[in-house]
Amino acid sequence: MKIKDTVHFQWYKSLFVVVILALCLFGSIWYTNADFKQLAGNIGQVSVFLRKLANPDFNYLNRLVDPMVKTLKMSALGTVIGVLLAIPFAFLATTVVTDNPIVTHIFRFFLNIIRTIPNLLLAALLVAIIGIGEATGVVTIAIFTFGVTSQLIFEAIETIDLSPLEAAMAVGANKLKIAVWAVWPQVASSVASYTFYAFELNVRASTVLGYVGAGGIGVKLNEALGLFRYERVSIIILFIFAVVVVVDAISEAIRRRLK
Amino acid sequence: MITFDHVSKTYPNGVKGLIDVNLTINDGDFVSIIGLSGAGKSTLLRSINRLNDITQGDITIDGKSITKANKRELKRIRRTIGLISQQFNLVKRSTVQKNVLSGKLGYYSTLKSIFGIFSKEDYALCTQVLQKVELSDKLHERCDNLSGGQQQRVSIARTLFQEASIILADEPVASLDPATSQEILSELKNINTTMGKTVIVNIHSIGLAKQFSDRILALQDGRLVFDGTPGELTNDVLEMVYKGDSFLKESER
Amino acid sequence: MKVSAKCKHWMTALIVLAVLVWCAADIDWSTFRYFSWGSFRGTMASLFQPDWSAFYTGSTEDIFSLMIMTIAIGFFGTSIGTVLAIPFTLLSARNLWKNPVVPRIGKFILDVLRAFPELVYAIIFIKVVGPGPFAGVLAIGIHQVGMMGKLFTEEMERMDETAVEACHAVGANGVQTMFFARIPQLMPIYASLALNHFEIAVRSASTLGLVGAGGIGATLIFAIQAARWSRVSIILLTVIMTVFLLDLLTGWIRKKLR
Repeated sequence: MKIKDTVHFQWYKSLFVVVILALCLFGSIWYTNADFKQLAGNIGQVSVFLRKLANPDFNYLNRLVDPMVKTLKMSALGTVIGVLLAIPFAFLATTVVTDNPIVTHIFRFFLNIIRTIPNLLLAALLVAIIGIGEATGVVTIAIFTFGVTSQLIFEAIETIDLSPLEAAMAVGANKLKIAVWAVWPQVASSVASYTFYAFELNVRASTVLGYVGAGGIGVKLNEALGLFRYERVSIIILFIFAVVVVVDAISEAIRRRLK
Repeated sequence: MITFDHVSKTYPNGVKGLIDVNLTINDGDFVSIIGLSGAGKSTLLRSINRLNDITQGDITIDGKSITKANKRELKRIRRTIGLISQQFNLVKRSTVQKNVLSGKLGYYSTLKSIFGIFSKEDYALCTQVLQKVELSDKLHERCDNLSGGQQQRVSIARTLFQEASIILADEPVASLDPATSQEILSELKNINTTMGKTVIVNIHSIGLAKQFSDRILALQDGRLVFDGTPGELTNDVLEMVYKGDSFLKESER
Repeated sequence: MKVSAKCKHWMTALIVLAVLVWCAADIDWSTFRYFSWGSFRGTMASLFQPDWSAFYTGSTEDIFSLMIMTIAIGFFGTSIGTVLAIPFTLLSARNLWKNPVVPRIGKFILDVLRAFPELVYAIIFIKVVGPGPFAGVLAIGIHQVGMMGKLFTEEMERMDETAVEACHAVGANGVQTMFFARIPQLMPIYASLALNHFEIAVRSASTLGLVGAGGIGATLIFAIQAARWSRVSIILLTVIMTVFLLDLLTGWIRKKLR
């Protein structure tokens, strides 16, 4: 019996994939100087951390409320600015309104690039350019939100019902009027729901933003990590987690009402 | 031979699937089960290979109780019972060959089946059954590239490969067009007459049930209300089974 | 009725505006006061003049090698994440257990793993294996167990069970059902998710250098702190191009997987 008559008739394909994966894996193990012996030897360290993390310092909680409120305020402001910026760009990134594929491609490429920059790097860059502080945090959040929501919004615009557009064109409306009267009402509720989604993401990302000094609860996390106060790290993360859950529930409820 | 002895099934939510069913199905019969949706057709069929557990009574296959069988015995009995269903129950991304070969998983050790080591005889048998259902050119085709009728023929091939003596078919033609339905049931009838396998079919179409069956069973709200030959299935009986449902009038026209 | 609807819209807008003003009032905007357009223009000008010579110098510290290192961290991290996510998936998928308690425990562990940001894992692992790329690998790996474990579990719970039933019906055991009915259906989806997370991992790996967990991030931070904007520019350009190319590559492979 020949192998091509069995279930293994495509064995060379599987072999090819396995070989490629193995090469990449061993390459990356070698390149990153992975030392499993050291990991195994120091694994006790992990349990020390875990024990400290398992005993959060609840007394510290009252000193976290203010920074958390600050984080929420920064996120809210940054999110709204980001979404407001994203809306015109999203319109320009679809052919629905512009009817010009070249403009669309240029704007899409630009939006893609904005999205690829990791938000921590973005924050670091802005801190360097603008200076350290809460204002920088707001700007970072706004740009990050812009990247996330612009894509979601232009995808929403692309899937709208085109018949009101034809009706508007038939009565001779110009492009701006079409955008405002025929497209916007169809995507408004999606935009609102993306705004809440972005707000959630931003609250989560606040842990990271503090690391580069961009204000909010992240600064406290950074402090606690720097001082090896893991019982504080633990309570900060728990607190952020709880806030995210609450924000999640509220925005879920609002989004459901928007539908 | 399959026997039902005072079989009842009550679902955990209190709904009664089957109520006191007594039944004997002889080897080599072609039996159709008719009734409204929710009358217990699927429950009856799937209790034969214990995909549904019954709550009262006993079902025996060739004298062995499947109700009381332990895990090992259950697997042994299931090997001899094929199942064909409305959704074809195939792994859509796998090839026709692999789907057919999966019919004998109960005979292979875990290790052998993981590495896909099947015997020469089984590969030959696989080719043979695919020839029988006229799909030998689709051996390495993925199932999602086949039409509904072809997919159902693959699942028939799987039961043939399984060398099951009993074939259970749960609404085998419900998602197929009329011409393909005729074709699939003819195939099952052919297997029934030439290979002597017992075939039990759940079916909505009374026309098809009368055309192909030796014996027809009718269920109503979990009770067996008719058991006889197609000739005995008069309009009065149908009126009773379907309670004057519009479905009946449609199919009679 | 129409008037009241309009009224409602204006009210909502007003409330939103009021909340935003309240938020803005509390934020320390003093940073902007020290902001000078002159230096901003200078910075932007250097940012648009990437220092191409730093890209490849032949040393192991040039940007090209660091980017390869970043990709390696992402790949190894994702590999660890994918492999470890599978046992957690088997533990947390509701349809694999008759007992509802086991999947709940599994899902809880995954939730906890996801709650910690990668940065925190990185800092912990630096204590365990010392600063360097391996700490980054472990941080990404552990974080991705939580992420992928959740997605894998959702796919497992959502899968079409008819083929599973077919395997049970012919007397196959659990392991055989796994290999004949579940894996063939889930494999392409899992592979596609893993590829997607590889891209995410490379993005994270390029930031973990900030805390000393290897990759290109440390170099970037040093360049920013030293205000060497042409160098910052080439590093950012490299990261963006790499992520962009990986996006194309993984997109192409994902299309083939279908």
